[in-house]
Amino acid sequence: MGRTMAQKVWDAHVVRRAEGEPDLLYIDMHLVHEVTSPQAFEGLRQAGRPVRRPDLTLATEDHNVPTTGIDLPIADPVSRTQVETLRSNCAEFGIRLFPMGDAEQGIVHVVGPQLGLTQPGMTIVCGDSHTSTHGAFGALAFGIGTSEVEHVLATQTLPLRPFSTMAITVNGTLPDGVTAKDLILAVIARIGTGGGQGYVLEYRGDAIRALSMEARMTVCNMSIEAGARAGMIAPDATTFEYLAGRAHAPSGSDWDRAVAYWTSLASDEDAEFDAEVVIDAAELAPFVTWGTNPGQGLPLSASVPDPATIPDDGERLAAERALTYMGLQPGMPLREVRVDTVFLGSCTNGRIEDLRAAADVLRGRRVDPDVRMLVVPGSMRVKAQAEREGLDAVFTAAGAQWRSAGCSMCLGMNPDQLSVGERSASTSNRNFEGRQGKGGRTHLVSPVVAAATAVRGTLSSPADLEPIPTAAAG
Amino acid sequence: MEAFSTHTGVGIPLRRSNVDTDQIIPAVYLKRISRTGFEDGLFAAWRSDPSFVLNNEAYAAGSVLVAGPDFGTGSSREHAVWALMDYGIRVVISPRFGDIFRGNAGKGGLLAAQVTPDDAELLLKWLENHPGQSVTVDLAEQRITCGSLSVPFQIDPYTRWRLLEGLDDIALTLRHADSVTLFEQGRSSLLPSIQAG
Repeated sequence: MGRTMAQKVWDAHVVRRAEGEPDLLYIDMHLVHEVTSPQAFEGLRQAGRPVRRPDLTLATEDHNVPTTGIDLPIADPVSRTQVETLRSNCAEFGIRLFPMGDAEQGIVHVVGPQLGLTQPGMTIVCGDSHTSTHGAFGALAFGIGTSEVEHVLATQTLPLRPFSTMAITVNGTLPDGVTAKDLILAVIARIGTGGGQGYVLEYRGDAIRALSMEARMTVCNMSIEAGARAGMIAPDATTFEYLAGRAHAPSGSDWDRAVAYWTSLASDEDAEFDAEVVIDAAELAPFVTWGTNPGQGLPLSASVPDPATIPDDGERLAAERALTYMGLQPGMPLREVRVDTVFLGSCTNGRIEDLRAAADVLRGRRVDPDVRMLVVPGSMRVKAQAEREGLDAVFTAAGAQWRSAGCSMCLGMNPDQLSVGERSASTSNRNFEGRQGKGGRTHLVSPVVAAATAVRGTLSSPADLEPIPTAAAG
Repeated sequence: MEAFSTHTGVGIPLRRSNVDTDQIIPAVYLKRISRTGFEDGLFAAWRSDPSFVLNNEAYAAGSVLVAGPDFGTGSSREHAVWALMDYGIRVVISPRFGDIFRGNAGKGGLLAAQVTPDDAELLLKWLENHPGQSVTVDLAEQRITCGSLSVPFQIDPYTRWRLLEGLDDIALTLRHADSVTLFEQGRSSLLPSIQAG
């Protein structure tokens, strides 16, 4: 019987297999950031252990960093200490670090791919659940806890039980105006926040093949929100085109050998998945969340659901709690939900294509005067690229704030936060209670919905906007 | 890691599903670089609500937490396990756990015991009707007992063994350092590496 892509990558990394024990899996790349690593380095120090492969380890500063005034020391002393601790740990153990202000600094899951460090067939881990992002290249990539960070630093391996595999097949073509973010939010609403638990999700089908590399990263990024530790997409011409010429990608004759190997990774025709979900792309629409977990989402054209109509006791209770927290009434059209803040950024939607798509909506328009809009590039490289293309000018002309790279308002660890009761449309990945700041209310959206929402002040898609008067007409 | 055999302590009924790790410990508490002292961050937002279960004196000193399905979803933060343990929780019981959380629990010595949805409901009801009563969790027998109620639980056999023995994962792996070296010698030269800092 054939093997799935996940099985092929797994098998190629088994260091040791023994009856009754987890497989010992080799890790090709370990990404590190300031939040989940300090206790791991401390553990190494206490045990007198070195980092086994500093050359397969890369660190960046992202969660704590402010996105303004990055040439100044971090004002919050606790955040500053955590960042400084990463710097001293990296210096002590010989690990390459991209600190605040460095041209390569950025969100860990944006930095790896743009340098070409994320390649098909690799195993990639990071003490961050959104490591699933890297699966867009056909890598097996997943988030780990701090004990596992220490384990990988010390041994470059992890003891792991094989995952089950689930095919998410998206047939057909996405309608105009429907993006990768809408697709993955619809998938999560369909299978639930626990539906992917124990699985590696493999996204397949025409609609997935048609996605750009960055759109694929958006999809794989949110696999964890369906409970899956990893999501994967088979490498193809789109993948190879993205990788060609990047700093760490193979070149010359190595390139051809690498492409031959990468091509062999796709799931075999006769491979069997443990589960399969089939979705018709044509039925998808711009999607937003109304509740406090990423599975509580609906098409933008829908209304806030009535918990009374939910048959399952647990889900009804969860929906009631969510609506209370979110300050929403059943039956209210989602398009009428007014927001205070729009956040464009994060490892889900902070790449150059996301910024371009939002800028296309905002060009010639103004952000609603009662809305603040933060635009936060996922990395300093994305920032520089956007500025070369004049996107920063589009955002600032529209009245949005143009920031430096970091995790920013995706989570409340840095100065970019919601206040109690403040409502956001956010291109990030989690609408949990308090995720963007204590008492903050989050609606997850795509970059184009974020931009349209900023203009109208209520949850909106670009199709809801008045056409821009052209110079000739005006 | 401390070995775990049986534990008896006050049960805490947390009647909520999808208790994500942002609720277990909000991000603002993750800035510390220490490995202990996270108890003040545990359920920090919910604890400001007087009706929250840990604000009920009968349950406040509990050490066995029973919750609805999908406990520990979301972020990979191991601080969630540390906060629970620093508070004094030794066992979390749920019909389903987030994968990363369950792994982290096993590393830190926190027992994540998986029960059927029906048994979770029985335990929640019993604890709601018997505030301040104790629950006994026997890892060797994989059984949870409170009053006349006794239900089995599931745990991965390897994690069970490690918890029973109190074994450190890194030390176990380093016994096979030769296998790792051998594997490294066979790795493709095409794979990327980074110049040290």
